[in-house]
Amino acid sequence: MDITVIFILQILYATTLLALISFGLALIFGMMRVINLAHGEFLTLGAYATILATKMGVNLWVSMLVVSPLVVGLWSLIVERFLIRFMYGRLVYTMLATWGLSLAMAGAMTMIFGTTTEGVSAQAGSFSIGTYQASVYSLFVIGVTIVVATGIALALFGSNYGRVARAAMENREMVEAFGYPINQVYMWTFVAGGMLAGLAGGILAPTTGISPYSGSTWIADAFITVITGGTGSVMGTLASAGILGSVSSITSFIFSSASGGVALLVAALVILRIFPTGISSLWQQRNR
Amino acid sequence: MNIKRRQFIKGAGAASAAIFAPQLSFSMSEPIKMGVLLDTSGPFSAYGTPMEMATSLAVKQINDGGGLLGREVEVVFRDTQSDMNNYSTFANQLVREGLDVFHGGILSASREAIRQILRQRGVPYFYNVLYEGGVCDRNTFITGTTPAQQVNALIPYAMNKYGTAKAYVLAANYNYGQITAAWVNEYARANGASEVEVEFFDLADGEFGPSAIAKIQEAGSDLVVSVLVGAAHLSFYGHWAETGMNQNPNVHLISTTFGVGNEHKVLPANQSDGMLIANNWAPENPSVPENKAFLADWTREYGDTEAIHEIAVSQYQGIHLWAEAVRQAGAVDRDSITKTLENGLAINGPAGVVKMDPLTHHCSLDIHIMELNNQKLDVVQKFEQREPLDTRRFCNLSENPDSNLQYEITL
Repeated sequence: MDITVIFILQILYATTLLALISFGLALIFGMMRVINLAHGEFLTLGAYATILATKMGVNLWVSMLVVSPLVVGLWSLIVERFLIRFMYGRLVYTMLATWGLSLAMAGAMTMIFGTTTEGVSAQAGSFSIGTYQASVYSLFVIGVTIVVATGIALALFGSNYGRVARAAMENREMVEAFGYPINQVYMWTFVAGGMLAGLAGGILAPTTGISPYSGSTWIADAFITVITGGTGSVMGTLASAGILGSVSSITSFIFSSASGGVALLVAALVILRIFPTGISSLWQQRNR
Repeated sequence: MNIKRRQFIKGAGAASAAIFAPQLSFSMSEPIKMGVLLDTSGPFSAYGTPMEMATSLAVKQINDGGGLLGREVEVVFRDTQSDMNNYSTFANQLVREGLDVFHGGILSASREAIRQILRQRGVPYFYNVLYEGGVCDRNTFITGTTPAQQVNALIPYAMNKYGTAKAYVLAANYNYGQITAAWVNEYARANGASEVEVEFFDLADGEFGPSAIAKIQEAGSDLVVSVLVGAAHLSFYGHWAETGMNQNPNVHLISTTFGVGNEHKVLPANQSDGMLIANNWAPENPSVPENKAFLADWTREYGDTEAIHEIAVSQYQGIHLWAEAVRQAGAVDRDSITKTLENGLAINGPAGVVKMDPLTHHCSLDIHIMELNNQKLDVVQKFEQREPLDTRRFCNLSENPDSNLQYEITL
């Protein structure tokens, strides 16, 4: 019984972790057709912001939830104004430019922070389920992700800005014809995506050691989750995070961690074979 | 530094180079070329960067003391960027330039990528890193610890201290992790463990969720052995502390790799307090005068001693062992130094006596069991001159000088 609870906790944790590292990528890709290959470095920057702010005496929770999103959001604003905005509508160009950006950011972070790994401790405490021990921080990760997912859904579907952004995704010219400043819509969407990446990086910081190359360990999982979920759909990202997280957790638990990673990739392949445009094609087709 | 020395040899920038190489007579004879490949960027740079610093320091000491046989030692260094593919590419480039000796490689995967290239080209290879043991190759000299020296000191000590019976091994999923896990299994059972569970984690896999800890608890293990490697695996120690397992009086964590990359200085103290490790080098070892001199020289060169770790010291000792072999042999060629080393050549290094074992080309080394307290390594027991008995089980280079194998045991 106790192990079942732990197991459910594991599935929730794996799912929310995948979703958390994917939200920023999914938003920017889905809304703007920009593939941000520097997403991993955005996450790393968020993590460094938390570590540095904590070292400078800022409360850890403030660092994660406020400082990291602001720092990466600001960085995204700069990147959008000086780089991305010249490339809207040209997918391959955005990939090339953001790939270069990712190399430059990793290099710059190496120059600033050095190659040594840095860490920060949450010390949020632990609790017991029967004889099993689990960390409060894993509950926090799950909780934050649920709040963030709800927030994204509300912003996209409940606010005027969200409606305009979604309309811009469907038909850019029509939105412009209505008099909305399309470039500003894109700018703020990119910043929002950056802030989500910053938040994710900040929350990841206490769970791992951070080095300038940490981004490369997350970027693959984030891309697989977004592509499997289907572009243009945050709900799709959530669904694929749920499926992939469950598959890898179950396999890891029964066999080994190494086979869990393999199972995740196999699951993604199978899903993409059945739904070539991602899980979200299930409900998106029905709407049309 | 390497570039500066080259400039000096070409007669350019003599003023700046004079700081590094005061022996002007060097310019008359050909330098001795030492190839070095290390990961000084990427996820394994925590291992490689201090090893590169140790290389520069050791070579500077040798050159300041007049070089070897009146010749300067020149380092030819490449950063392999934590990419195993770079090792064979760069090694091929370096041997084409003509090397007298090679010191480098960190992960066992990197060693196996270059060992055959160096053997073929007749370049003696010094691998100065703790590893899984078993390499039996007369062209290769190993100055790091092996499981018989390290694991078989750590496991009995921990099992005796904690009275444990069931072990759980978390290991990196490549040759070092797999073979070391097999040795942990063997030594733990030989010391009375009733069960040994083993789980492997890919090097890039940094996700240790609730179930990773729950599996350890479900197995009822009371001794957890970390054979984890690299930056991604560091997250395990955070999860361990966050779940309160570090406070659990019934489970104890020990590691064959923790501290080797200065993990204890990087991670918050609560993530490592109480952990037991076994290394060759003990940072504050007053009984070894060479350690004091080494720390002073390092401080003079780099400002403080924070960067030094186990395998930086191994690299330092490996280079000085080779230099001593060149001095005693009066030559740098492979056959001469091999013969000298096989006479049981020994030096006094910062970690104690390093003595070459002629049968295996591994070294007898002192081992220190250490407990982590507040990011410091406190020696709790010292073992003098442990021999590489694991490799000697299979390897006898005096009977089979042409051997070119890595013997391994499996689970």
